[in-house]
Amino acid sequence: MSDKNTYQVPIGPIHPAFKEPFMVNFVLDGETIVDAEAHPGMNHRGVEFMGMHRNPLKVIPLAERICGICSIVHQHMFTTATEHAAGIEPTERARYIRTILAELERIHSHVLWAGVAAHEIGFDTHLHFTWKVRERVMDLLEYITGNRVNYAMWTIGGVNRDITKKMYPKIEDTLLYYESLYGKLEDIFLGDTSIRLRTRNVGILTEEDALRLCGVGPTVRASGVRKDVRIDQPYAAYGDLDLDYVIPSSFGYENTGDVFSKTLVRLKEIPQSIDLIRQCVDGMPDGDIDSEPRKAVLINKLKKADGEGIGRIEAPRGEAFHYVRLEGGMEEVANWKVRASTYNNLTTYRPMFMGEQIADIPIIAACIDPCIGCMDRAEVVDVRSGERKHFSHEELHRLSVEKTKMLLGGLP
Amino acid sequence: MNFEEWTLRLLVILVLPFIGIFLGLAYKGFDRKISAMMQSRIGPPLRQPFRDVKKLFMKENIIPDHAVAWVFHGAPLFALIAPLVALAYLPLGPFEPVMEGYGDLILILYLLAIPAVAMAMGGLASGSPYATVGAQRELVLMMSYEFPLAIAAVTIAWKYESFSLAAISQTPVWSMVGPMGALGLLLIALGLFAVLPGELSKVPFDQAEAETELGGGLFVEYSGRNLGVFYLAEAVKMVVVGALLIALLFPHNISQWYSFGGPELLGVSVLGTVADVLFFLFKLLIIIYAGVSLVRVALARFQIDKASYFYWVPMTLLGLLGTVLVVMEGVI
Repeated sequence: MSDKNTYQVPIGPIHPAFKEPFMVNFVLDGETIVDAEAHPGMNHRGVEFMGMHRNPLKVIPLAERICGICSIVHQHMFTTATEHAAGIEPTERARYIRTILAELERIHSHVLWAGVAAHEIGFDTHLHFTWKVRERVMDLLEYITGNRVNYAMWTIGGVNRDITKKMYPKIEDTLLYYESLYGKLEDIFLGDTSIRLRTRNVGILTEEDALRLCGVGPTVRASGVRKDVRIDQPYAAYGDLDLDYVIPSSFGYENTGDVFSKTLVRLKEIPQSIDLIRQCVDGMPDGDIDSEPRKAVLINKLKKADGEGIGRIEAPRGEAFHYVRLEGGMEEVANWKVRASTYNNLTTYRPMFMGEQIADIPIIAACIDPCIGCMDRAEVVDVRSGERKHFSHEELHRLSVEKTKMLLGGLP
Repeated sequence: MNFEEWTLRLLVILVLPFIGIFLGLAYKGFDRKISAMMQSRIGPPLRQPFRDVKKLFMKENIIPDHAVAWVFHGAPLFALIAPLVALAYLPLGPFEPVMEGYGDLILILYLLAIPAVAMAMGGLASGSPYATVGAQRELVLMMSYEFPLAIAAVTIAWKYESFSLAAISQTPVWSMVGPMGALGLLLIALGLFAVLPGELSKVPFDQAEAETELGGGLFVEYSGRNLGVFYLAEAVKMVVVGALLIALLFPHNISQWYSFGGPELLGVSVLGTVADVLFFLFKLLIIIYAGVSLVRVALARFQIDKASYFYWVPMTLLGLLGTVLVVMEGVI
């Protein structure tokens, strides 16, 4: 791409189009994007390393702080993975409480995203509007958990605080508020001409690309891919609940995969979340919120546990994944791996950026709802020379094949 | 032309830039406050732009290594001086242009083009890819909005058979046309209002700065005093464009309808002049509210090709249609 008519513009590591440190190198021909190359690794904080130096109960607040917006997601995944590894079952009631909180967070995340998207296309009025209405769900989360963000609700085998009958009216109030508001949000983001001008047929991700690049969440559901961990592999209380994939064609729209469809999917997930919370509140089982309230006993149990566990959940941004390994006799977490949804969705950037204009960079960058803080987990640095290295797909494949061969060769 | 009159002119010309800058910053504060209120924010206090300028002038003035220093420094000055000069050729409320007889509408249109060119020059000279893209956009946008602006100016001048703004603002243009011409003028007024946000680089036509895309675009490398001068230029330009719109479309004065009594100075009623000045400031406020604040809270930023298309096709056609209506009326 070293044609003399093209030039390179780096967007990032610090740039208003990205709300976090991240970099994409663009090759431009005038205002048109000819090529795009993402360079992650600017926001690596070594959270996993820190996690491997403390006991699982202390990792939960750390996991929350991987991301400010999807803090429920990470504590949820870590606890699920640890429960899986240690063979602890969360109580029924805890499963429902977890689901309610996860869905409240989905509402908050999608409303927040809508505001960011409006800001990216220079429509600050809607940024202020959506962030104002988002306060209501934040207030409810604070009412239930005691915190606006970083809720500290999860524990291994359950949750820390109960949702009592006394809280139901307030939850219902907030749900009604968002229901009454929903029509207005839809009017703004699906009906407004100047927003439609900027989102229709911009940043198209075809169904084929979405599948090939393993994108997750609303990003690929907008292209018509039926993919949602809540349905495909139910966790928490989702198995008991009634829900369906949110894809544009269910609402009489085309599965175009452009920014408009992604907005549509996110907006349509808000009433779905409201419905799910109602189902949870109605069907909430009685019982304990915690399978082992005595923390010392729990820590001792985890210390003895030996095994591997995974936590897969559908974050507001799409499927995310934690891997945890516990070793018997070891108090710390032996191994912890975090893979957030943005990591998968990053690969979808290239087909979406190609052929678009500079003006579309921010909205396309925002349309996968990137969370760099969640994603940046690993970077290859040659310690001796201080050189940073990027592995290509072929290289990684070759390394993997070599390792398999080596292991096979090492077998008797 | 006698000696006293020239002295008076000189005095006014010396004072005028300060009045222009003060008004510009005050209206900027108003625009920020009112749009904040429309966006359900509290917004900055009205005097915030003055504080901003004070702070910018105290800050370090950084010149990037790749910049062409003299263009980089010169651009903000050009951008500020041109609208300040234009002020001297514009009728401000009850007062005739200070330099009446030495320049007309055509000169003002040229002076209004200078800040855009200066900004593009400064952007290109700063040696940043973001600024380069911003500069290209600024030039494209300028070429786009100049066309409907020129059509409107020429049509109105044609009606008077003069480019002199003093003559144009003497009799409101609406009183010179019949119903058909009034419809044509309405279309032209619409075109002029559409030019306003483009001329002032406000949403939806702020592509050259586009914070989320280019991180400030043209101004990305500017800081300190240079940025402060650009800030002032933008403020003064707002007053100049507003005053031009008033002179072309709404040059009405209260003293035309109601004769004030009271003491007189230089043969005119003091009370009437005060009323006229206040009325002028009020008209400016309405124009900035309708043409800048309201538009920028109600719309998203366009892509540059769509912005260009907007000016070249719908707005130019609108302007031409208006011109045809005004001319046809004269013929029939």
